Amino acid sequence: MNFDFSDDQKFLKEQARKFLSEQCPPAVMRAVLEGDQSYDEKLWKAIVEMGWTGTTIPESYGGLGLGHLELCVIAEELGRAIAPVPFSSSVYLATEALLLSGSEEQKQTYLPKLVTGDAIGTLAIAESAQQPLPKNIHLSADGGKLTGTKLGVPDGDIATFCVVAAKTGNDDSERSISLFLVDLTGPGVKRERVKSIDPSRSQATVIFDGAPADPLGAAGDGWQIAKEVLDRAAILTAFEQVGGADVCLDMAKTYAMERYAFGRLIGSYQAIKHKLADMYIHTELARSNAYYGAWALHTNAAELPTAAAGARVSATKASTYAAEENIQTHGGVGYTWEYDCQLFYKRARLLAANLGSARVWKDKLVSQLETRNAA
Amino acid sequence: MDFNDTPEEAKFRADVKEWLAANAKPKSDGGVPKRRYETGKDEIAWAKEWQAKKADAGYAAITWPKELGGLGGTPMQSVIYNQEESNYEIPPGIFGIGLGMCIPTVMKHGSKDLNDRYVQKALRGEEIWCQLFSEPAGGSDVAGLRTKAEKQGDKWIVNGQKVWTTGAQFSDYGLLIARTDPDVPKHKGITAFIVDMKHPGVEVRPIKQASGDSGFNEVFFTDVEINDDHRLDEVGNGWKVSLTTLMNERMSIGGGGGGPSISELIDLAKTVELESGPAIQDGAVRERIADWYVQGQGLAYTRYRALTALSKGAIPGPENSIGKVVGAKRMQDMAAFGLDLLDMAGGAVGGEQADTIQTMQNIYLSAPGLRIAGGTDEILRNIIAERVLGLPGDIRVDKEVAFKELPTGK
Repeated sequence: MNFDFSDDQKFLKEQARKFLSEQCPPAVMRAVLEGDQSYDEKLWKAIVEMGWTGTTIPESYGGLGLGHLELCVIAEELGRAIAPVPFSSSVYLATEALLLSGSEEQKQTYLPKLVTGDAIGTLAIAESAQQPLPKNIHLSADGGKLTGTKLGVPDGDIATFCVVAAKTGNDDSERSISLFLVDLTGPGVKRERVKSIDPSRSQATVIFDGAPADPLGAAGDGWQIAKEVLDRAAILTAFEQVGGADVCLDMAKTYAMERYAFGRLIGSYQAIKHKLADMYIHTELARSNAYYGAWALHTNAAELPTAAAGARVSATKASTYAAEENIQTHGGVGYTWEYDCQLFYKRARLLAANLGSARVWKDKLVSQLETRNAA
Repeated sequence: MDFNDTPEEAKFRADVKEWLAANAKPKSDGGVPKRRYETGKDEIAWAKEWQAKKADAGYAAITWPKELGGLGGTPMQSVIYNQEESNYEIPPGIFGIGLGMCIPTVMKHGSKDLNDRYVQKALRGEEIWCQLFSEPAGGSDVAGLRTKAEKQGDKWIVNGQKVWTTGAQFSDYGLLIARTDPDVPKHKGITAFIVDMKHPGVEVRPIKQASGDSGFNEVFFTDVEINDDHRLDEVGNGWKVSLTTLMNERMSIGGGGGGPSISELIDLAKTVELESGPAIQDGAVRERIADWYVQGQGLAYTRYRALTALSKGAIPGPENSIGKVVGAKRMQDMAAFGLDLLDMAGGAVGGEQADTIQTMQNIYLSAPGLRIAGGTDEILRNIIAERVLGLPGDIRVDKEVAFKELPTGK
């Protein structure tokens, strides 16, 4: 039994933590939150220099050629640091989509630039407040040109290119969807940064009006590829969520060991102790589910969709619970702008929304279990 | 990252498999091991015979040194043995408490004479042990115990009552903690002893639980004599002794509790027709099934992480309390949910779903016990908060007060 990261991977994690604690203290996130920048460019450049953007990209495309386990440990640290950078969009979504289904030419075009940060990628699926199902996707792709609007595109205002889900079939089946690569700096694209629940991570409405597009993967495969990309991103994001939950628990613990009420430390009251024990329990269960996801990602196991849904559901629970109860443990000051609790609260909610709600992932999970039961 | 044995573990597993194949019968399908309390004379004889065989092969106490009859092995090898043994028809595990908790305590706190007298006989299954800690007035608060041991010459005279004692009805010896000095604060006035369970002053009565089963006993002591040479450690050091026992209890990496399986719940939800269609299509039903699945998997993978640490030589710590604190409540909730799915039929055993209803009811009725035994949900959360997270202990009103001055609520 070796259900753990290797010593090398743990070393990488330590390095990442050290790097981020120097380069990305909460003040960095706060500066983006309070300012009008979409992300912290200096931090992003430093991350690119560390090579993290090329973690899973083969060396032949200029990447580090490491595996997903290495990316998981980096993700956990980025989640701890609530880093205000487009890493998840560019690496978990766009890079994964290209690695999964890009043509050789597309890989050569995009991957080296993703490594160097000259390109920032993202993925655009949702078009409305409806669950992004094939029937709710209307963006068209006539003659290789896309027309339609995508909502809540993560880093949509700063990304240089985007993987876009478009309706290419005549019905509402999964086969009616295809993916396209679109240059967001080119013609036929308008984008507008929108208000984000976590202003340190920008989101945009992207309007395509006859934007030239290059098919990614075979026509009709779009939904399947998007699902696979989302599964992979869900596992990597779960590590970010676990990292954030860990910090919330630390913050709550530190405060409970400093704050006196009614003549004693609040950490000596069982109401607080049991709350913190529950934060720990949720976080550990989420970490274990995320580890299983990491294993599935690393081995490209048949269990990957189930592992991804499990990691996603568990991590979303842990991260939102920890962020909410961290504020609660702090009492009034936890709700002030000045304290950092709010930063994690906002990030936790953003991460809970970005790849689809826990409710939807639970539904997917049970569908997979039903299939397994029937088999 | 993988789920494989190391080469050394694989070799050990192969040896164990070979030995088991030669010495035991593989489990037939659906073979449910009998519970301890369903242990009659035949089972005890079978258990003793099996234990002697294991002792000869060194498997009776894998982690003990060879000179004590063990294998000098690792905790991971112990886990591997248990994994493999669970595939075989084996007798009820009536030696677990003795070898897992009582005897390690005797080894650490007992005289050489006591070790010579008791260790090997326990190891070979010739004598069975039970643990006599909990009392009616001291469950979570074990140190509040009131069973008295009073010194008379070379002997101690014990009077009082223990409760929730597993296996007392067939045990030969018990590890007892009793109050020897009521004039000092409660943790300081306790002493540990080995008590002969066949003494005429010992009376064992089964407890009928809320589920109707009887898994445990009450044990009454009336003028039971114990020779002073059967005392463990110094007079007044009983609390320290009991911590050794409890630490050994926690060494075991707890499972996640039983309960209906996710497949059973899914199958049931498929058969139940709601107004809107099969229950399995209901969003609320799906959400809850997913939650339990994720919780169950989280527990299983947490166990894998603990086994990995164990395999690398780490000692399991209080973080393993998660298994029980989550598992027991989960089992209760899943059974309640299953009964809810059955709607009006859930309360009575009958009709085409009679077996399922019976199973869910049994699980629901046994779950409260699991949330209490071996540390209540509340105590386990305290343990996580204090020993894992390092939060302060509760403010204690009983620490500096003589035991006899403590309020008792009566």
